[in-house]
Amino acid sequence: MGESFISAREVAAGVRAGEWTARHVADEHLAAVAERDGEIHAFLHVDPDAVRAAADRIDAAVAAGDDPGPLAGVPVALKDNLCTRGVPTTCASRILEGWRPPYDATVVERLVAAGAVVVGKTNLDEFAMGSSTENSAFGPTRNPLDPSRVPGGSSGGSAAAVAAGFAPLALGSDTGGSIRQPAALCGVVGLKPTYGRVSRHGLVAFASSLDQIGPFTRSVADAALALDVIGGHDPLDATSSPSPQPDHLAAVDSGVDGLRVGVLSEMLDMDGVAPEVVARVREAAEALAAAGAEVVEVSVPAVIYGLSAYYLIAPAEASSNLARFDGVRYGLRVDAPTTNEMMVATRTRGFGPEVKRRIMLGTYALSAGYYDAFYGQAQRVRTLIARDFAAAYERVDVLLSPTSPTTAFAFGDKTADPLTMYLNDVCTIPSNLSGDPAISVPFGTGGDDLPVGVQVMGPALAETDLLRTAAVLEGAAP
Amino acid sequence: MAERITRDDVAKVAQLARLALSDDELDTFTGQLAAVLEHAEDVAALDLADVAPTAHPLQLGNVLRPDVVGPTLDRDEVLAAAPSAEDGRFRVPTILGEAP
Amino acid sequence: MTAPTAPTTIDSDEVFTVEVGGTTFELVCGLEVHAELATATKMFSGAPNRFGDEPNTNVDPVTLGLPGTLPVVNERAIELAIRFGLAVGAEIRPSVFARKNYFYPDMPKDFQISQYDQPIVVDGSIELPGGHVVGLERAHLEEDTGKSTHVGGDGRITGAEYSLVDYNRAGVPLLEIVSRPHVRTPEQARQYVAELRAVLVAAGVSDGKMEEGSLRVDANVSVRPVGTDALGTRCEIKNLNSLRSLGRAIEYEARRQADLIAVGERVEQQTRHWDEDSGRTSKMRSKEEADDYRYFPEPDLLPVTPDPAWIDAIGAALPPMPAARRQAVADAAGVVLPDETVALIVERGQDSQALDAITAGADAARVLVHVSQNLAGEGGASVAPDRLAALIALETSGALTATQAKAVLAEMVGSDATPEEIAAAKGFEAMDTGALEAMVDEVIAAHPDEWETFRTGDDKARGKLTGFFVGQVMRASRGQADGKAVTDLLRRRSGA
Repeated sequence: MGESFISAREVAAGVRAGEWTARHVADEHLAAVAERDGEIHAFLHVDPDAVRAAADRIDAAVAAGDDPGPLAGVPVALKDNLCTRGVPTTCASRILEGWRPPYDATVVERLVAAGAVVVGKTNLDEFAMGSSTENSAFGPTRNPLDPSRVPGGSSGGSAAAVAAGFAPLALGSDTGGSIRQPAALCGVVGLKPTYGRVSRHGLVAFASSLDQIGPFTRSVADAALALDVIGGHDPLDATSSPSPQPDHLAAVDSGVDGLRVGVLSEMLDMDGVAPEVVARVREAAEALAAAGAEVVEVSVPAVIYGLSAYYLIAPAEASSNLARFDGVRYGLRVDAPTTNEMMVATRTRGFGPEVKRRIMLGTYALSAGYYDAFYGQAQRVRTLIARDFAAAYERVDVLLSPTSPTTAFAFGDKTADPLTMYLNDVCTIPSNLSGDPAISVPFGTGGDDLPVGVQVMGPALAETDLLRTAAVLEGAAP
Repeated sequence: MAERITRDDVAKVAQLARLALSDDELDTFTGQLAAVLEHAEDVAALDLADVAPTAHPLQLGNVLRPDVVGPTLDRDEVLAAAPSAEDGRFRVPTILGEAP
Repeated sequence: MTAPTAPTTIDSDEVFTVEVGGTTFELVCGLEVHAELATATKMFSGAPNRFGDEPNTNVDPVTLGLPGTLPVVNERAIELAIRFGLAVGAEIRPSVFARKNYFYPDMPKDFQISQYDQPIVVDGSIELPGGHVVGLERAHLEEDTGKSTHVGGDGRITGAEYSLVDYNRAGVPLLEIVSRPHVRTPEQARQYVAELRAVLVAAGVSDGKMEEGSLRVDANVSVRPVGTDALGTRCEIKNLNSLRSLGRAIEYEARRQADLIAVGERVEQQTRHWDEDSGRTSKMRSKEEADDYRYFPEPDLLPVTPDPAWIDAIGAALPPMPAARRQAVADAAGVVLPDETVALIVERGQDSQALDAITAGADAARVLVHVSQNLAGEGGASVAPDRLAALIALETSGALTATQAKAVLAEMVGSDATPEEIAAAKGFEAMDTGALEAMVDEVIAAHPDEWETFRTGDDKARGKLTGFFVGQVMRASRGQADGKAVTDLLRRRSGA
């Protein structure tokens, strides 16, 4: 044991240099999974033989003198809403239980092409709808730092896998904070790239105009490396950005000297944001100032409407995206005498309560007579938020805020009232609405000794600025 | 602003969404959806008549694909994943009514 | 999203009317035509767009709406929509795809991607061969559905035990072309669809095969008392699989609605199904119970705003449309439109042959007759324009009669021989004027009563007997006489 907590960069460097084999790395990580995942439940699917076989292929390439790529032998955990050819992809839903996609997501192809070894598929809130991973149809994931607490969500399994040393790199998806919030709660780095930076092809859609795939890592540099591998244009996603990617990894260590940093005032004042979290954000600002950044307080007024707009737009898109689960072509079917009854029976049994709630909410928001008041109005708010962010980014390069209002909470704490759970996303949602990138980096702890995440946000395609800011915070963390 | 959502609204929406809700679920959902929509009142109350809606964070357009034939799926593999198949096709129970 | 439309009717020279109980009702009809586009691949993915293949073989993950798949717009489909728009004089607009949400097993995603409030083609028109102009409100792009086969019962959807779904057709690009309610007779409806088909084929937009479902027509039919302006409640008629069905269904439906109103009943807004065998429409569903489609902008696609330079280039490469081609033939032949012969020639694609023959110096009237009547065979029988012109020259010089020319022309198709050679081989020789006069006189002498009536009768009687005498001369000459020359001789002999 030992290699299961080193960084992805170190794993790959060692494999490429022949210092250790991918097989050895895989075995170490599989051992960690075997030892502790019974308790944590980060994974929904692990096939140890397939993992070893993939690792052996990397070793064979190295032995043949080929370079397997920048992620040579790096174990990667994939959120189970990313399609993997021939490997079960459930979205933590009964409705997709047993489904094996006939194709790979673009990010999966790119990871594998870069030499990564897929360890398994991680748990999530069903169809990525939730903030605690308690909405998984296959049982919750526990926070490796305190198994009585949630890991956050919806990508709780991926965050937990990285925090528990099951993999140095995991991918998640972030629609309203589903990468950043669990990263904060599990004490790891979580990056939501700019909308369009990473192809969504093969990501089972929750809310198409908000979803974005990104990495969980234990270091900022690993997040940069992962983005370098998975990012860039994809012709299979019409919303994929055609802009060429910079070398993110190369920019990570360039510091923040002269960088203009704004502390986003509205997000420190929001309901439910714990004082200890506010304190860590202020300390983070001071640390950046000490490293040469110019720190000011900045207002982005429209962000206070983010939560309301999000809970109209995301369910509306979800209600349409999840219509295809009807028992006709794949997944669950509950038999009934007519096709319509079969569809109703299948969807009623196949979807959990939170998914149904959001489908209902979204269907209502789009229905005749309500479109303008709800969906239409929410899209106008989206314009306001983007406009206010753009104004802020004329004054500063990046913005600083809490990621999550609190540290990891206990199971069952927020399940009684959906709105209480939704409020968890209040600081992360605005970046999804504007499409801008944001990263959560661990910075100190709360009173319960659990990690606090600080969120760094920036304008579209400014990932390098986020990464170098986060790298400074990583170095300065208490 | 729209009226508060009623139990009848919720029942109608469930039908549109092809979900069957029990009486208890109808009550619960009516309360929960009303709470979320009430929270959205702040947004509904804004005067945004002269603000254009954003359908999309990307200000791109004209993303087109050349008309070139690509790979297709293996039919056996596709139908093996189907809940029911017959004669090279997906089998479904009786369909009531033509497509709209 | 808010639905578009604001229908206005226009005047037509002809209006189909139904009289019931002392009230005369007039027909108001608009047509929705779905045309499958002639692309190699589907609207949003690279799966082949091909008719008639084994079920579920032209499917890829996007076609099946598999989780995680994303649509990407086919550039060629945009180009074809623009071609159509330019061909009908429409405006090409920036367009946005939306989702139309409804559950149905032949719809893989349980929503259809379709342009809704921002279609690519807006406000064009189609001029029918008969001269009537039908306005086009819009044409928008969307994806086709799969196809269900019903098993058990009588093979129809009602009473079937279960159904089987083939997604080969799912995702095939469709252009939905919506006319204004400018169609006022069943015949105009047929002409409209035929002309639209001709435009689609000429512009290379669609193969237009109704029998393969490449062209599908729905008719929105309403009636109103003559002299009133307000539109009546309309019914949408589906399952119109041929031009014949279209005309019959519209006529039936107009009568049905007029009958209802005449006895004081209300026409309910419905979607109705045409049954070809019974010749009736029947209710599929009422619009009141129609689904709420919850349209919203398709978040996986971005707006399409075609570059003006691209539109110009597409327009420049567009071949002439049937209306312009009819005008060209009419101008060359000195004919005033509308003209059925000209319409027929263009419909059959024989216009360039006709124009070339006229250009080569042939008599235009004879060209139109020969091309429309004597070269009308299947597969578009044709002869080179200079050869056609040579034949017509023989005819106009009197060397061949019309009947002989027709016979020679029939031989010229598929032969390299000159018209002179064929005529000689057939033993056709122009009859000497003296010989013809003698033959006419013999016939007159043999039929004195008829001749007396011919000489003294009114125009009607004369007309009838002209046919008789020409026939007699033809028989006597075994077809070698020129009918026109005989007519002239008869007139001269009678002293007229």
